[in-house]
Amino acid sequence: MFHSLGKYLLLLRLSFRKPEKFSVYWAEVMREMVSEGIGSLGIIVIISVFIGAVATIQTAFQLVSGFIPKTVVGGITRDSTILEFSPTISSLVLAGRVGSSIASQIGTMRVTEQIDALEIMGVNAPGYLISPKIISGLTMIPLLVIVSVALGLTGGYLACAASNDVSTADYLAGLTDSFNPVIVTVCAVKSIAFGFIITSICAYQGYYTSGGALEVGQAATRGVVYSCIMILFADLIISRMLL
Amino acid sequence: MIEIKNIHKNFGENHVLQGISAEFKPGMNNLVIGGSGSGKTTLLKCIVGLHEPDEGEVLYNGENFTTMHFRERVPIRKQIGMLFQNSALFDSMTVEQNIMFPLNLFTDMPKDEKLDRANFCLKKVNLEGKNKLLPSELSGGMKKRVGIARAISMQPKYLFVDEPNSGLDPLTAILIDNLINEITEEYNTTTVIVTHDMNSVMGIGDHVLFLDNGKKWWEGSKNEIAHTNNKELNEFVFASKFMRAARAKL
Repeated sequence: MFHSLGKYLLLLRLSFRKPEKFSVYWAEVMREMVSEGIGSLGIIVIISVFIGAVATIQTAFQLVSGFIPKTVVGGITRDSTILEFSPTISSLVLAGRVGSSIASQIGTMRVTEQIDALEIMGVNAPGYLISPKIISGLTMIPLLVIVSVALGLTGGYLACAASNDVSTADYLAGLTDSFNPVIVTVCAVKSIAFGFIITSICAYQGYYTSGGALEVGQAATRGVVYSCIMILFADLIISRMLL
Repeated sequence: MIEIKNIHKNFGENHVLQGISAEFKPGMNNLVIGGSGSGKTTLLKCIVGLHEPDEGEVLYNGENFTTMHFRERVPIRKQIGMLFQNSALFDSMTVEQNIMFPLNLFTDMPKDEKLDRANFCLKKVNLEGKNKLLPSELSGGMKKRVGIARAISMQPKYLFVDEPNSGLDPLTAILIDNLINEITEEYNTTTVIVTHDMNSVMGIGDHVLFLDNGKKWWEGSKNEIAHTNNKELNEFVFASKFMRAARAKL
């Protein structure tokens, strides 16, 4: 385990060496942003709307007491969406979508000698391949989480509009009621940390692939599984520290 | 010129290279031959720095490459072109982008000049007009030729070629051999070719190194092969009836 941790840290150090040519790396960052960000937008839209709607319906179902104002449903949906559902569930889904793509892309480049070709040319292969993916993950995953929060809360509104459990006016009032800005900070910290975890762990798994197509698949699977475990672990640590 | 001195390489208990020494001169096709698992590709990877030898030295024009740090190696690496066994073209890039990749990273040429260079390299390998194709749209022989075009785009002093003819039909294999030979002569490159194709050996083998079980067993030119008494080399080169018959006629 310590051997792997050491290799992982050394790879990260290599990844952030001074680039050979900034413009080439910048173009790569932009390409990765499109791939990771725009490419994942569809799945994020779908899961966010549904999670927001389901969270609202289930909260309303549990708060049947006449002593509790209906606006509480909006508040609980807001807090659970911003604190947990959007950053964590979205990141777990993105670990599958983005992480497996990163691990299999780099793994395929490894087994087909494309990484060797980069090294022969004198290119810092970890820097060229991994740093744009990490930078892109650190920027696009938080942006996707922001989109997810907005759509999750919209999903809750649509659920209210479609049922008679809670009125949309109560829901909207609940969203703005007793809002604590610290939850936004927690959401931002989580999404940045998860972005780093997904991209760096999956890139590490891909970079040290050896063998053929079978091993590339195994590396992608390992990348996703380890990312998911580390996301849940980081979720616990960040929640404990910031709340 | 490239000199290798007493190269040893182990993978665990497996002693893959056992003290190989040789000199590879410019303007010559230096062929490293041997059976599967003889250590040819490992030797090539030690020379270009993809593997670090456990013992021994690799000298590029007298400069010790093995003891150099990553950054110190970059100027030498910029003078190296390499054609991989499976071409190793970047899948996500077109033919043109593959060839221009090292130019984009290591030169300040204007875009037009880079395009001109890419077109020149493509013309050299008879692939004019294939600029916008992706590697997945190319045949095996075309991929090799694009690999050569990429390798020569930086006008290298050293050209390394790993199994250039594997998986190719005889005609394409000869075409690739001729192309490598032409580049070696025209640019006076120090060319090191790893192969087990006897047609290549007899066609372009200016200097041949025979490896078996990680040891160097024989060194000479293509003309000397037919007359050698080296048992291991004879068993390898004249394994087929056809080659034995050809030798008898010499």
